[in-house]
Amino acid sequence: MKEKIEQIRQQALAAIEDAAGIDKLNDVKVAFLGKKGQLSSLLKGMKDVAPEDRPKVGQMVNEARAGIEAKMEEKRTAIQKKLREEKMKKEVIDVTLPGKKVAVGHRHPNQIALDDLERVFIGMGYEVVEGPEVEYDHYNFELLNIPANHPAKDEQDTFYITKDILLRTQTSPVQARIMETGRMPIRVIAPGRVFRSDEVDATHSPSFHQVEGLVVDKGITFADLKGTLQQWAEEFFGPDTKVKFRPHHFPFTEPSAEVDVSCFKCGGKGCRMCKGSGWIEILGCGMVHPKVLSDCGIDPEVYSGFAFGIGLERVTLLKYEIDDMRLLYENDARFLKQF
Amino acid sequence: MNTPISWIKAYVPDLDCTVQEYVDKMTLSGSHVENAVYLDKNLEKIVVGRIEKIEKHPDADKLVICQVNVGDEEVQIVTGASNVFKGAMVPVVLDGGRVAGGHDGSPNPENGIKIKKGKLRGVPSYGMMCSIEELGSTRDMYPEAPEDGIYIFDESKDVKPGDDAVAALGLRDAVVEFEITSNRVDCFSMIGMAREAAATFEKPFYAPEVKEVGNNEKAEDYISVEVEATDLCPRYTARIVKNIKLAPSPEWMQRRLAAMGIRPINNIVDITNYVMEEYGQPMHAYDLNKIRGHKIVVKRANDGDVYTTLDGQERKLDKDVLMINDAEGPVGIAGIMGGENSMVTDDIQTMLFEAATFDGTNIRLSSKRIGLRTDASGKFEKGLDPENALEAINRACQLVEELGAGEVVGGVVDVYPNPVEDVKIPFEPAKYNKLLGTNVSEEKMMEYFDRLEIGYDKETNMLLIPSFRQDLRCSADIAEEVARFFGYDNIPTTLPHGEATAGKKSFAARVEDVVMNIAEQNGFCGGMCYSFESPKVFDKLLLADNDPLRQAIVIANPLGEDYSIMRTIELNGILTSLAGNYNHRNKNVRLYEIGNVYLPKALPLTELPDERKRLTLGMYGECDFFMLKGVLEEMFLKLGLDGKVDFEPSQEKPFLHPGRQALIYVGGAYAGFIGQVHPEVCENYDMKCEAYVAGIDLPTVTEKATFDRRYEGVAKYPAVNRDLSLVMKKDVFVGSLEKVMKEKGGKLLESIQLFDVYEGSQIEEGYKSVAFSLVFRSPERSLEAAEINKIVDKILKELEKMGVELRA
Repeated sequence: MKEKIEQIRQQALAAIEDAAGIDKLNDVKVAFLGKKGQLSSLLKGMKDVAPEDRPKVGQMVNEARAGIEAKMEEKRTAIQKKLREEKMKKEVIDVTLPGKKVAVGHRHPNQIALDDLERVFIGMGYEVVEGPEVEYDHYNFELLNIPANHPAKDEQDTFYITKDILLRTQTSPVQARIMETGRMPIRVIAPGRVFRSDEVDATHSPSFHQVEGLVVDKGITFADLKGTLQQWAEEFFGPDTKVKFRPHHFPFTEPSAEVDVSCFKCGGKGCRMCKGSGWIEILGCGMVHPKVLSDCGIDPEVYSGFAFGIGLERVTLLKYEIDDMRLLYENDARFLKQF
Repeated sequence: MNTPISWIKAYVPDLDCTVQEYVDKMTLSGSHVENAVYLDKNLEKIVVGRIEKIEKHPDADKLVICQVNVGDEEVQIVTGASNVFKGAMVPVVLDGGRVAGGHDGSPNPENGIKIKKGKLRGVPSYGMMCSIEELGSTRDMYPEAPEDGIYIFDESKDVKPGDDAVAALGLRDAVVEFEITSNRVDCFSMIGMAREAAATFEKPFYAPEVKEVGNNEKAEDYISVEVEATDLCPRYTARIVKNIKLAPSPEWMQRRLAAMGIRPINNIVDITNYVMEEYGQPMHAYDLNKIRGHKIVVKRANDGDVYTTLDGQERKLDKDVLMINDAEGPVGIAGIMGGENSMVTDDIQTMLFEAATFDGTNIRLSSKRIGLRTDASGKFEKGLDPENALEAINRACQLVEELGAGEVVGGVVDVYPNPVEDVKIPFEPAKYNKLLGTNVSEEKMMEYFDRLEIGYDKETNMLLIPSFRQDLRCSADIAEEVARFFGYDNIPTTLPHGEATAGKKSFAARVEDVVMNIAEQNGFCGGMCYSFESPKVFDKLLLADNDPLRQAIVIANPLGEDYSIMRTIELNGILTSLAGNYNHRNKNVRLYEIGNVYLPKALPLTELPDERKRLTLGMYGECDFFMLKGVLEEMFLKLGLDGKVDFEPSQEKPFLHPGRQALIYVGGAYAGFIGQVHPEVCENYDMKCEAYVAGIDLPTVTEKATFDRRYEGVAKYPAVNRDLSLVMKKDVFVGSLEKVMKEKGGKLLESIQLFDVYEGSQIEEGYKSVAFSLVFRSPERSLEAAEINKIVDKILKELEKMGVELRA
């Protein structure tokens, strides 16, 4: 009996070894382990075995079955692995072919610059506010210490609707509107569209954008203005950016300054972009004029403040090296897709 | 304002710096430099030479060979110039040197022209003798230079061989152009800029020493002056010069005017121009013999008057134009231009000099109305200091005498009814430091004030402001003076402290961010369009004549009709941009814009209009109505408006395809439109393709939008699906079916998904088949088939009323 079991086992293992595929392996399983398979048939001959030997024989049969099953599983895994590998060999692709894209749109470069700018100032505790684009003369000029007949009010610069209503020439009227509310302290930036009567060309547009900044509180100093704009410039143009303040004149600030930043293309060595000077003029600013404060209902003996105005298009054109302002308003997809 | 450094040094002799240092420091103290032109640019190795010997060239008729003494040696130079002679002193550029340009007057090359030794027709030449053009200048500036030939130094000129010829010609100089801000009227003069330079470099400033010259006659015996319009003419000074001898002005004066770009003419004209530049005070000269009644009256013109100015042009006047009259009538337009009937001519004997000040605003507005802007009006319109006028006219008369241009009559006729009052400002050093964030000592401040000629009265603690500083009126102005001379650079950098504030954006701005993100994720690029446009836009968009959108705000002084009205509808910008892209053959273009429309409450405007921010989406190429609608649906979903938005079929918008447009309602409020652009509108924009647009009123959407969300759990119980295939007439809207299903489906109806719309051979003509997949689910239990059947029956029964039946 023992020999017979061993013989079947050997035959089964040989058959498994020879099986070429999963189907053949199943045939082997049926032939040896199935209900009518050789091992099962062997068990039917148990009645001829002496009762005291039966457990031992039974154990031998079970061991043979386990050995065959293990071998069979091993073989099955090997065959599957081989099949998978063959399949994968046929599935090779050219990974250098282009990807399949969802065609996403692009933000306008002016808006990207504004987003960047807002992020910096929001981080410094500024609220973003807006004001009307069609504005009263009162806010656009009078409250900003630009009295009647001031040259800045000349028709050549300002678009008028009526004698008292105009298209704002600057975002500064938002300053006056915010100060008039009387809520202190003030820390705002006011981005928006402004209008000047300039013919369209590569560097002029009758409509462009400014970002106004205003801080009013007790004890605000010119040094604070310098620090704030220095920090903004570092965040916006890069940590190595230097800032230069030059005295200037605006009717609504005193002292006033124009600000240059070290050229962010050449780092200050001088290049085509900064016309060799190493500096780029970027904004105007100053301490809010005491007359403006008092006209807006704020006591200049108690409060002081600073204001600045950044030309958004100027920053955009410089940052992206765009050589013609008209491109910003043409909305040509070939232009917009570069941002 | 152009200032030759040499002229500045006439008042600040100790100024000792390079041009670059001058430019940098002046800019930092508040005089912004536009540019600096070096008059000796590209002039290298140029010395004075004396021609010792001239021989004929053996092989060329037109050339001569010169031996030129250039100081420590004699060099041989071959030249073609015909005006050279033995003993002539000439500028010579030596071998290896450089000149500014060629002789023919063509534009000078950027790096000049290098001069090297060479041979001319076989004879060696070791340099070149120069014409004035080769030295970068012109005969306008150097009238003594020959029209064609080498510049020859005048015998009177104290030069010797080997001297720097560039310096001898006055070209070792630079002209610096300053951008003067409107508050610093005093800086529109050489003296004003010299004063700034002296203060900046801490060097003494020497004003010209002006003496009131004149014979022992009296000016008032020659002329009387009456100012009627004292509001427009604060001061009028007049002096008389007789026995005028017209001649060229001296070289030093010519050089200074030339450096300013002013062409020297004759002594009298040059003196007038010189004093205008030096003092910033324009002056006018009249022929006294042409002044009827020897009387000057300053008064306004009458409406409708016509007057001929000295350029021969007739000028129309009005009652706001200030005129200079004599006893009988006008002799000049005050501050703008003199008259033809009183002008100085070559045979002049006796001259009336006028130095007056006029109201700046009046001059500016008059000059604009008349259409005549002159150097003089450009100065007057800034509002000149009356205190300066007398000094200037005396300076001019002093120069007349020095130059021997005539005999100055003694005395000045000076009408100055209301002298400017002295301005005093309290000295408040702590306040200045507090505003600036500095700690500048009082002594330091006093030093700055001293340099600026600001006085101080210790007793009253008052700063005494000089009359020429019309810009210093309050403590902030004084703080700026302190800051300028302390140096903006030296002010510390700090950040504001005090109560902290929260950085934030408005809710509306957050909504805009979401809108931009969704648009971009769906392939739309951000555009930017003008706020003003042409009124023709309304016709292009097929708006009816009585369409309220035609009620637009009109700009009183537009750049032209194309930019004359403020847009009331958002479409034109995007359509124009789409058309531009179409014409450039860009494929599949999608654009969006967020921008205002301007809706007047009444016309003409009496109050500010309603500014409504609009989102505009526009697309052409591979797209259709439903793609665009899908974008809006995504957007509304992100804005928390899912299920609150209705797309109502419409035919109302004239610019949209009547069968392919919908009005959009958000929470019941009208919020915009979507549709295919009307083919005729496309044609009006020269687009030969289908285009789709949507316009959304963002304030309406913002009002309903929310970013609040609540987790509602994930379904635990299985769903029951029912597909319904329905047949109906073509004109039944799917939207109306969905409405019925939602209404009758109740709470258990989780979703409705349209999955097929079919028209064709399987269906009766004029009908369509529409298939939906309905999903039912309860959050609490598994649903029974029977209760779902009941709901579906209810839906079908309601649909039947609309003529909708289950497809057989």
